[in-house]
Amino acid sequence: MINLEEFRSRDLVKGLAAKIRELTAGRTDTMTFMEVCGTHTMSIYQYGIRSLLPPQVRLISGPGCPVCVTPIGYVDHSVAFARLPGTIITTFGDMLRVPGSTSSLMQERARGADVRIVYSPLDAVNLAEKNPDKKVIFLGVGFETTAPAIAGSIIIAAARGLENFFVLTAHKTIPIPMQVLSSDPELGIDGYICPAHVSAIIGANAYRFLAEEHGIPCVATGFEPADVMHGVEMLVRQIVEGRSDVEIQYSRFVTWEGNVKAQAVLRDVFTPVDSAWRGIGVIPQSGLEIADKYAAFDAAKVIPVEVEEPREAKGCQCGEVLKGKVAPFDCPLFGGVCTPETPVGACMVSSEGSCAAAYKYGQ
Amino acid sequence: MDTDLILLGHGSGGKLSHQLLDELIIPTLSGIPVAGQNDAAVLARSGERLAFTTDSYVVDPIFFPGGNIGDLAINGTVNDLAMVGAQPLAISVGLILEEGFSRKELQKILLAMRDAADKAGVSIVAGDTKVVPRGKADKIFINTSGIGIFRHSLNISGAEAKTGDKILINGTIGDHGIAVMAKREGLDLDTDIASDSAALNTMVSDLLEEAGESIHVLRDPTRGGVATTLKEIAVQSEVTLTLNEEALPLKGPVKGVCAVLGLDPLYVANEGKLLAFVSPDAAERVLARMKRHPLGGDAAIIGEVTAAGGGRVQMETLVGGMRAVEMLSGEQLPRIC
Amino acid sequence: MCLAVPMKVVSIDNETAIAEVDGVKREASLMMLNEEVNVGDYVLIHAGFAISRLDEAEALETISLMRECLELGQETL
Repeated sequence: MINLEEFRSRDLVKGLAAKIRELTAGRTDTMTFMEVCGTHTMSIYQYGIRSLLPPQVRLISGPGCPVCVTPIGYVDHSVAFARLPGTIITTFGDMLRVPGSTSSLMQERARGADVRIVYSPLDAVNLAEKNPDKKVIFLGVGFETTAPAIAGSIIIAAARGLENFFVLTAHKTIPIPMQVLSSDPELGIDGYICPAHVSAIIGANAYRFLAEEHGIPCVATGFEPADVMHGVEMLVRQIVEGRSDVEIQYSRFVTWEGNVKAQAVLRDVFTPVDSAWRGIGVIPQSGLEIADKYAAFDAAKVIPVEVEEPREAKGCQCGEVLKGKVAPFDCPLFGGVCTPETPVGACMVSSEGSCAAAYKYGQ
Repeated sequence: MDTDLILLGHGSGGKLSHQLLDELIIPTLSGIPVAGQNDAAVLARSGERLAFTTDSYVVDPIFFPGGNIGDLAINGTVNDLAMVGAQPLAISVGLILEEGFSRKELQKILLAMRDAADKAGVSIVAGDTKVVPRGKADKIFINTSGIGIFRHSLNISGAEAKTGDKILINGTIGDHGIAVMAKREGLDLDTDIASDSAALNTMVSDLLEEAGESIHVLRDPTRGGVATTLKEIAVQSEVTLTLNEEALPLKGPVKGVCAVLGLDPLYVANEGKLLAFVSPDAAERVLARMKRHPLGGDAAIIGEVTAAGGGRVQMETLVGGMRAVEMLSGEQLPRIC
Repeated sequence: MCLAVPMKVVSIDNETAIAEVDGVKREASLMMLNEEVNVGDYVLIHAGFAISRLDEAEALETISLMRECLELGQETL
């Protein structure tokens, strides 16, 4: 009988820390590992993982926060929908505080808009069923972990014959951007801590091209503290042994092929499309758009609304922070003009953004 | 961005609340410095000291496992008086009722208030009742004010923490906030989490009797949670605190709800809980006395004041790492990421 | 958006399961799950959907790999 608490064991973490120290003993080079998943960002800060690693191992955060990489225009679009009469905007908590060009959903709620936090897109579908006179718009932001849930909710809404449920999508996929980042010499990424839950969906094979064509070690890692340490240990071992492979640390939930059923649902409901990543620019085929078959549920296509011209905040370095080029503490706005209470960019406002995590948990 | 709006975050007890207080409310009304901001005001007149405090209660839902807005309103104000070491003497009650509110529910709430006052040994001596049109209030809002007297000359204040002090808490964290949230969101819990709303004045008397001179700070970690309250004290006393995550008493279902919703229990509101800063030589004695009180069964030492200066709180994590603990920003929102 | 919690399935009704962790029960749709799920299995739940089922053998294997490091660590101390 398994006790999942084991993956938070202080002893296991200590042992792994000792192993990492042993592997890096005497080395003068620095190994830079990037994680690209908000849950990893949070976990690393929450457990103080960095304080347990030797100086030769450096962890940086990449664009693993889908809210942070969503272009400001999307927030403006949501705000515009919130201002329309007869709409209920449903969203995950993460989106509420993100600043748009002139407002945020939280501000709109304070002004009287019907903006509600839900824990699942299914809650939004049920809301639509209970309120046939309202347009229920769900904000579909997330990577491949969340996209299947949104796809599922669209399929269920279709099955129930709902005509007032819509999704405004800004879904993004993670492997292609990882390649864009790893080809940036300034970043010097020596290995990827691959996401836990995205990997459960897409499968570890999705990272093969990074290891085999680009020579970057990849380890699909869990989010519990022992998992993170184990994933780092596996990456360090690859470098010490001169390998660049894809490995699965989170083997209890991640397989090589991933969840093929969820992948099929994604292919049915979504179409890959070029996508704009805030701070990075357009990355080809890195986004998901609702397929024509389900166009009736696409808020952007079906609900006409005027959206203001997007305006990025002056001096905001979110783009550089998202790429891991600038550490939160090095951004000139960090902690002064830009704080969690008065965020300038998404990195600070999203609870899993690098800056918010750095601000809350310290170095 | 429109900064003229008052947001829900301004009432959550965290950074936004402090900003509103520090930038607008306190300078306009009274100018009390940070060091003097405790749970109750201590007024001195011809050698006698009086404690005076006020609080308003707007919780939704008004009935939740473990209590209702009524007993919360009495216990909350009794506790604010107890936190400065005063003995609660008398309470006033202001009711704002929404047109259409149920008289039966009002009666239930009033009975709970009477009960709580009796338990705390305090009299309700003054009051006021208003009714506003439907939609202008959410069922019932309650304000309670309280006065307390001192039977000692100890100075218990958020500015009194000393290096070496141990930090004690009388029980599990997050119960109230999670109980309310679970009820509000209709979460299905195996064992119902009940609010820990309770009057702490008798516990405080016990502790002061046991080691009054050694108790420097008392505070109840309500909105904003243990983290926010400790950060406030660290700033007021200008010290650095180090918490031990392993020592934090936490009930299983509270941990579960937090995990599922992406919440941090350190930032969830508590009610019948107090934090005590005690000099190291008396800490074990005070802990033992706490444990003998009905509200102190799960009491624990959760950290200590490790350095002068800094105004910071840090925590040794469950796995031995070190992380900083900041004040809650606005409201704590559930996250999916 | 990656917060997913491993929870234990306590009952199944068609495509919906009730799962629990630390005494908290949540409903989850099994519509995305490829594998058969039985009461007592652990599943990873995200945004109201089960996205993966725990492979217990792998979990035990991972723990024993981690434990190896513990022993090695103690040897070098």
